[in-house]
Amino acid sequence: MSSKRIVTCTVNGREESFLCKPQQTLLEVLRDELDLTGTKEGCSNGNCGACTVLMDGKPVVSCLVLAVECEGVELETIEGVADHGHLAPVQQAFLENAALQCGICTPGFIMSTKALLRENPNPSEQEIRFYLAGNLCRCTGYDKIIRAVQDTADHKIA
Amino acid sequence: MRDFEFEAPATLDAAVALLAEHNGTARPLAGGTDLIDHIRTERLTPDVVIDIKKIPELNILEHSADGLRLGAAVSCSRIATDETIRQQYSALADSASIIGGIQIQNRASMGGNLCNAGPAADSTPSLIALGANCVIAGPNGRREVPVESFCVTKGQTVLERGELLVEFKFPARPSGSGSHYRRFIPRNEMDIAVVGVGASVTLDGDTISDARVSLGAVAITPLLAHEVNDALIGKPATDETYKASGEVARSIINPITDMRGTREFRIHVTGVLVERVLREAVARAKS
Repeated sequence: MSSKRIVTCTVNGREESFLCKPQQTLLEVLRDELDLTGTKEGCSNGNCGACTVLMDGKPVVSCLVLAVECEGVELETIEGVADHGHLAPVQQAFLENAALQCGICTPGFIMSTKALLRENPNPSEQEIRFYLAGNLCRCTGYDKIIRAVQDTADHKIA
Repeated sequence: MRDFEFEAPATLDAAVALLAEHNGTARPLAGGTDLIDHIRTERLTPDVVIDIKKIPELNILEHSADGLRLGAAVSCSRIATDETIRQQYSALADSASIIGGIQIQNRASMGGNLCNAGPAADSTPSLIALGANCVIAGPNGRREVPVESFCVTKGQTVLERGELLVEFKFPARPSGSGSHYRRFIPRNEMDIAVVGVGASVTLDGDTISDARVSLGAVAITPLLAHEVNDALIGKPATDETYKASGEVARSIINPITDMRGTREFRIHVTGVLVERVLREAVARAKS
């Protein structure tokens, strides 16, 4: 049996230390050890993007990251998006555009959108669709999501 | 997931020693986008996972007069955004920007893509077309293998126990050269190639003075298409030449029929893609 490791990293701006086994994914640790259940498990094999979080500012699927790889990194999850209980503009835009139905994919889409708009504050529709290709949604048909991202970009803040 | 030990050595020597010590029961971890899923599904059952991303040699991305050195663990997003790669080794940037989605590109490496030895790997035809050599480190020292000889068959490479793929070495790009990679998939993104074609051409005026074409997903391993290269070298860079080369490509492949396409469809698409990829590679060589 492998022994547990202590991993220290920053989660949503706060330093966190947790114990984990080498085979625990970041997704499992976020949900089961840190109680950050906003990050959702979809396919568990890297296809759907539901579990997207930002690792050192870059979107990754947390089901394909081992928690032990996170020593010293900076993580951002959906829990860090709202500002003291007030929806961030990207969240407000998803709400106003009805860019969700069942909501399982939404945290992943919002994290990818945040990264997209940091890299490219004025993306074209094609750039949005290309960047969000790793996030799947079976409810909206995507158009409402694209409009929500465009609205967020128009307001120039994620 | 199954239980395993985790190591993250900081030096190449330590990684090779660990791989040798565990004698076939250890697996290197780069981006993990295939490995972690394979462990979860128990297609692979390593006792030790060795994270190689802390090793400087595996993260190198260096341009010099001798060419390009690319660490085996460098992420696709780093490759796709490197300005010199985009300009001079554009087929590599093409591959790096269509492997999975952004989340996968931020983790996945070309070393990992090659070591999985999938027939449809999207980076391998570009590596072959651009003439990359694999630098391999092992208990008995280092050796180099051209990428086209690295995959022995589906899922199997020339790596011996204890050996690790360290980096790719690319020759410098001659003036008047261009390259491109393109695949056919039924969707716009996030799919596995039905056929993939990589090509590098060098022009002398309007004549093709050198060419390397590589074909993916049409044989048990990605191929360096010698016959297609021969059909191009010394010929004018015209549509007729590309069409004839596409015909040659159709005649040398042995694709299978599977859920992604029939053998006949793959043969047809190979010719079409060879023409299109050559046209774009030549356009890039001229610009």
